[in-house]
Amino acid sequence: MSDGHDHDHPQADPRAIRTEALEKLLTDQGLVVPEAVDAILKHYEEDVGPMNGARAVARAWTDPSYRERLLADGTAAIAELSLGGPQGERLVVVENTPEVHNVVVCTLCSCYPWPVLGLPPAWYKDPAYRSRVVREPRAVLREFGLDLSEGVEVRVWDSSAEIRYMVLPERPAGTEGESEEALAARVSRDAMIGVARVEA
Amino acid sequence: MSERVLPQDGPTAPPRANGELVFAEPWESRIFGVTLALLEAGRFEWPEFQQCLIEAIARHETEVGEGEYHYYACWLEAFRSLAFEKGWIDAGALGALEGELASRPPGHDH
Repeated sequence: MSDGHDHDHPQADPRAIRTEALEKLLTDQGLVVPEAVDAILKHYEEDVGPMNGARAVARAWTDPSYRERLLADGTAAIAELSLGGPQGERLVVVENTPEVHNVVVCTLCSCYPWPVLGLPPAWYKDPAYRSRVVREPRAVLREFGLDLSEGVEVRVWDSSAEIRYMVLPERPAGTEGESEEALAARVSRDAMIGVARVEA
Repeated sequence: MSERVLPQDGPTAPPRANGELVFAEPWESRIFGVTLALLEAGRFEWPEFQQCLIEAIARHETEVGEGEYHYYACWLEAFRSLAFEKGWIDAGALGALEGELASRPPGHDH
């Protein structure tokens, strides 16, 4: 090559170009400030994630009155932990019991309770999960390694336009006396979506 | 369930936090961030964008096979629709700028 380079220059991704063009036009009009976008991304990368929901779960496990408040009004209860923000304005927490197992989906897009779980994993947004978990929840859960007995009722919560759901998993046996911090460390994102349990 | 395969470690690995991949490509994070910036500025209500997203996803699902599904491509399309609907951006201006950026010579800062 005449400029001395010996590596490829792949065609720029049209989606990257489109995104760059959108951001530039919006910035030129004063509708967007790139530094504000950077700050938002930093926030979602560092501050927002399932460790937040895990704190609420651990508190609910150790404090029965908090548990009641969490189940009565998820948004208000997580605000007590300084959690909130976009996609958490109407948070409903559903509890797992020995008789009932809950699992969450958004069949039409990707609705997900960002303030407590962060951004959804790729599989949650995938058409296969979104359509199958409402049709054959037990089969889907089995594929996640969760085998529920026939006596357990499975409830699938399809996020509507406004409501975002989070599952309050059952506290595993043998964890009596553990600190909230230790309990929170046990709680996975998948358990709060409902495709896993919290094991001791 | 399809999973995207990407380099997991090293300087070329996508940003990852809380043990979870956040965005596969930089443009995905930018379009997400721009959408949220406008939301937080009160320029639109979430259900407006959500409706565009639902429609973009439905169109995408009928067009592509399993394994080809690209969520943020749907998000980008949804955002573009919303931007036109709200009058933030003119389609002609966007097309022209895209053309300019696409014919830019590749960056040689390496």
